[in-house]
Amino acid sequence: MNALQRIGRWIGRHLVLAGGIGVLIYMFIPIFVVVLMSFNAPKSRLIYRFDGFTLHNWLNPCQDASMCSAVARSVQIGLLATLAATLLGTLMAFALVRHKFAGRSLANLMIFLPMAAPEIVMGSSLLALFVAAGVGGKLGFWTILIAHIMFCLSFVVVTVRARLAGLDDNLEKAAMDLYATPSQTFWKVTFPLVFPGILGAALLAFSLSFDDFIITNLNAGNTTTFPMYVWGASQRGVPMQVNVVGTVMFVVSVLIVVGNEIHRRRQEKALAAS
Amino acid sequence: MSQVAENTGVRRTGSAGDGLRLVSLTKEFANFTAVKSIDLHVPTGSFFALLGPSGCGKTTTLRMVAGLETPTSGQILLGDKDITFEKPYRRPVNTVFQNYALFPHLDIYENVAFGLRRRKAGNVDSEVKEMLELVELTSQARKKPAQLSGGQQQRVALARALINQPEVLLLDEPLGALDLKLRRAMQIEIKRIQTEVGLTFVHVTHDQEEAMTMADTIAVMNQGVIEQMGAPADLYENPKTTFVANFLGQSNLIEGTVKGRDGDFVKVDMHGTLASIPLSRSHTTDGGSDGLGWVGIRPEKVLIADVGEDIDAPGNSIPGGIVTDVSFVGVSTQYLVRMPWGQEMQVFEQNTGRRRIFNTGESVDLSWRPEYAFLLDHSQDADAGVDVVAAP
Repeated sequence: MNALQRIGRWIGRHLVLAGGIGVLIYMFIPIFVVVLMSFNAPKSRLIYRFDGFTLHNWLNPCQDASMCSAVARSVQIGLLATLAATLLGTLMAFALVRHKFAGRSLANLMIFLPMAAPEIVMGSSLLALFVAAGVGGKLGFWTILIAHIMFCLSFVVVTVRARLAGLDDNLEKAAMDLYATPSQTFWKVTFPLVFPGILGAALLAFSLSFDDFIITNLNAGNTTTFPMYVWGASQRGVPMQVNVVGTVMFVVSVLIVVGNEIHRRRQEKALAAS
Repeated sequence: MSQVAENTGVRRTGSAGDGLRLVSLTKEFANFTAVKSIDLHVPTGSFFALLGPSGCGKTTTLRMVAGLETPTSGQILLGDKDITFEKPYRRPVNTVFQNYALFPHLDIYENVAFGLRRRKAGNVDSEVKEMLELVELTSQARKKPAQLSGGQQQRVALARALINQPEVLLLDEPLGALDLKLRRAMQIEIKRIQTEVGLTFVHVTHDQEEAMTMADTIAVMNQGVIEQMGAPADLYENPKTTFVANFLGQSNLIEGTVKGRDGDFVKVDMHGTLASIPLSRSHTTDGGSDGLGWVGIRPEKVLIADVGEDIDAPGNSIPGGIVTDVSFVGVSTQYLVRMPWGQEMQVFEQNTGRRRIFNTGESVDLSWRPEYAFLLDHSQDADAGVDVVAAP
């Protein structure tokens, strides 16, 4: 009995470990394939297979100029949409948390709707709106931007609102008590404390905007963003440079996360030492 | 330590001649009145405590002084200046918040420097360093508030307010979050700092022991009004209302028929025993419409003895008591004695070793020296202030 229990425990312990590793592999295999394929020297455009190692894709990322311009456009739209959505969303979050006004709970509910609605519904209704407004012939960069700001907005509001709601309002009272004018209170206390939430919201908005396909595709006209380019290319054979872009995006996000963690630990260490 | 106080030059004299004055201050919220027309005078340099149970309006009063709440009516005067509607950041008043409200994104040094920087004061560095020295946190200057213990955070909150040399320092339940031992230590610490800097402190608390230890003057608040105000010993020895008698320590309140004045005493018939209450301690002399009154006596002032034994009290002893409960608590023994009229009286006796400890079921006589008793108006609830939830 004792031996059986020990064996059972041994299996149990290692099952959890093996299961955990299995799940991680499951999560990271696609990314691993992307990284691997960015070094691929394909023999045919049509067969997606690792045929040999090369740095060619990394040295000539813009071999297909249309891909690079699609990436540039996506980054441009992403940055502009992030800027606008973060600004508007932060203001909305402050209004929703800090001010009591008629229809506040309704506004709180409405903010959730764009997140809950299927993208295809949002995209097609937005398209219908653009057509009805008479800009159906001018779909492109600006309509994509308007669409992206719209769906990023809800996520920004929700993220910033959570941070703001968790903020102890005694801190602002303490600041005022210590001779800070309302604007000083905001810039010296409120804003620095809410800033991590705003930054998180901005990163989220950028990644949402950068990889959106459905809404973008419906409202893009002749303009091509990076996800649209990949979709189109996949039907003719994906150029390996797509994997280079994918790898770069992945590395950048890992660097942001790791950098943040290192910064935090260093600060803690420095403080513990002092 | 007194040297530090001299160096900081915090002591200010005569800048607020009359101290802090509240005149018919009232605060009404949508569905209740938190503060009902209170009048208060806090002299410059004194340590003043606002004591009361949760919801009595003490914190609201404090917030009105700080400028964080707007009074419905009444006035707040600081010296000769009316600050009733002054913005909080323009008042020479600082607050130590209940949960400290330290800025989590700033280190200790910057927290303490905050007020000086906002007012664009000169030599910030030397003042902050002196203040950190006063509260013994020099070595922690570059830490963030979250890395400090509760007691240290408390001292930062104090330093952050004190450095501005406010005319009045408000303390809102400043020790509520600390454990008992630390609270005792901080009570002494805060009292020491107050004596050193000589500023006016207004301390809000629900803890009667804390108020009595620290304050020169206590105002007992209940349901938006001040029940009684005075030095801790005066309040304890001569309470004017049943609420004060019960909230500040414990009291036995015995119903009696007021017989009227007799020289410097008021005579009261308590269930057949005649008691004399000094006039200065009688808060009713005729017993009002029903002719009744509450005779109050603190449990430690009640003397307990065997039946017929000579008691060290000049007046009558009350016979017929039966001990119903005995708790031995080391320094003293606490008895519950059932009186012939059914009431259970509390009696505390010091364990001097000279007297024996009584057992449950024994018959005893009770008495007390008349100068310790007090007489209260019978129209009040005898249980007011007993077991009030003392949450902050």
